[in-house]
Amino acid sequence: MDWILLLEWVIKGFALVMILLTGFAYLTLFERRILAFMQVRIGPNRAGPQGILQPIADAVKLIFKEELTPAKSEKFLFLLAPIVTVVPAVVIAAVIPWGTQFEAFGRTITLYVADINIGVLYITAIASIAVYGIVLAGWSSNNKYAMMGGLRSSAQMISYELPLGLSFVLVTLMAGSMRPVDIVEAQRGWWFGLMQPVGALLFLISILAEVNRAPFDMPEAEQELTAGYHAEYSGMKFALFFMAEYIKMIAVSAIMVMLFLGGYRELPGLQNTWFSVDQTWWLGPIYMFLKVLAMLFVMVWIRATLPRIRYDRLMSFGWKVMLPLSLALIVITALGLVLQPMWALAPYILTPVLSLAAFGLTVLLLQNSLARRQHA
Amino acid sequence: MTLELFLFFTLALIALVTAGGMVFSKSAVYAALNLVTNFLSVAILYLLLDAPFIALAQVTVYAGAIMVLFLFVIMLLGVETLRAEFDWKKIWLQAVLALALLVEGFVMLFQRMGQAANLPFNTASVLTNPSEMAKVLFTDYLLPFELTSILLLVAMIGAIVLTKQVKKRSL
Repeated sequence: MDWILLLEWVIKGFALVMILLTGFAYLTLFERRILAFMQVRIGPNRAGPQGILQPIADAVKLIFKEELTPAKSEKFLFLLAPIVTVVPAVVIAAVIPWGTQFEAFGRTITLYVADINIGVLYITAIASIAVYGIVLAGWSSNNKYAMMGGLRSSAQMISYELPLGLSFVLVTLMAGSMRPVDIVEAQRGWWFGLMQPVGALLFLISILAEVNRAPFDMPEAEQELTAGYHAEYSGMKFALFFMAEYIKMIAVSAIMVMLFLGGYRELPGLQNTWFSVDQTWWLGPIYMFLKVLAMLFVMVWIRATLPRIRYDRLMSFGWKVMLPLSLALIVITALGLVLQPMWALAPYILTPVLSLAAFGLTVLLLQNSLARRQHA
Repeated sequence: MTLELFLFFTLALIALVTAGGMVFSKSAVYAALNLVTNFLSVAILYLLLDAPFIALAQVTVYAGAIMVLFLFVIMLLGVETLRAEFDWKKIWLQAVLALALLVEGFVMLFQRMGQAANLPFNTASVLTNPSEMAKVLFTDYLLPFELTSILLLVAMIGAIVLTKQVKKRSL
């Protein structure tokens, strides 16, 4: 290993962290402006032109706020919890490829930090570690509301990790590899989101639950829990939780783009033109950025649209609807792939049609079970 | 090589200290957290052995899923503090069995020291490549694999039967 390679890694890692942190700051502004637009308000527009300096003003405010530590809290864990929350949020992005590669200074530089052949498993491992921060924050605060928030979040994240993991299985089946670059390159002609639209939808729902975003923001339900697991946190410690949530939003959007929306690849049908990343490498990060931005917009849009789901409904939705449906989707996807040697278009026609049928059946059953309850 | 050795000893130290902490900790939450740290350091040891698949499976399954569930139950039942009852009379059988296991482990260790592991597959390719591992798992080791899955299924059915309520609940 030569030291230039090491330098390259350090620079790429540093750039990734910087992008995530800047992205977090401006994502808060983006979210507030979009929410304001959807609620026919104006939103923050005082600090700088169009409120462009608002994140800096927020950061300064939070740094100078007094930090309280509750008297009967577990001091060590209370300090540790925000750190344990932020670190997985940042490191999970390491395996996401942001583009192909380019030549500079006589060497080939690839646009990803880590290229491991079990990248998908790495994502599930880090995602499953992420629960600890919230649970520990809730427990160490020595506050009943915070405790309830922590418990809710751990139950929710364990439940939704199953459909999340099964969606990873779907993608691994279709790509035939767990390596992120292989997954993106397998979507060269046709995105996995188009082959398995219901899988993409399940994945979107699961990641919303994993990052505790509306309508699954049960751990911090204001009306019931007064802010949930971070009720006792103030100042920069609170900011760290806030930061973790938004960085996770960016990271899971990028993961969703990587798995189902073609990653850094161009739109299907543009393979052999100038717009393809094969011919113009610097379009890769731009496509990635645009797709992640679209995903983030969808997440904010969902938050502005849907009310919070009741807690018991959330759990039964996870276990009784998402889990069976994702298992059915795995069978359907595998069927499409098995039939491919006989009928080359099976994964492109049979799989989406059958999955949409399964989805329709699920919606019908759900509607029936809810309607019957209303009459009773 | 020296770097690897240094990493190994650091990780081994962390693993031993956290294992001890897990046993001797008075608070159940700290015991669970010590165990999590132990699992993580063992996972990094697997990484040092060029077995990333096992390492990440270890993190996902043990540190990620099982220990979160443990922590959840500890917090839900409110049994954070353990009463320090340490009565040799009550645990002599467990102590003898644990001692036997320890002696067995040491005997195996000293007998096999310096020998290459005698396994019916190419360790290097199987451990680094998940598809190679799947091939070995689903051909040579199919019976143990199926038995494990049946065991897990039995546990799952048992849990469902135990928690089944008389009053019917719908979605």
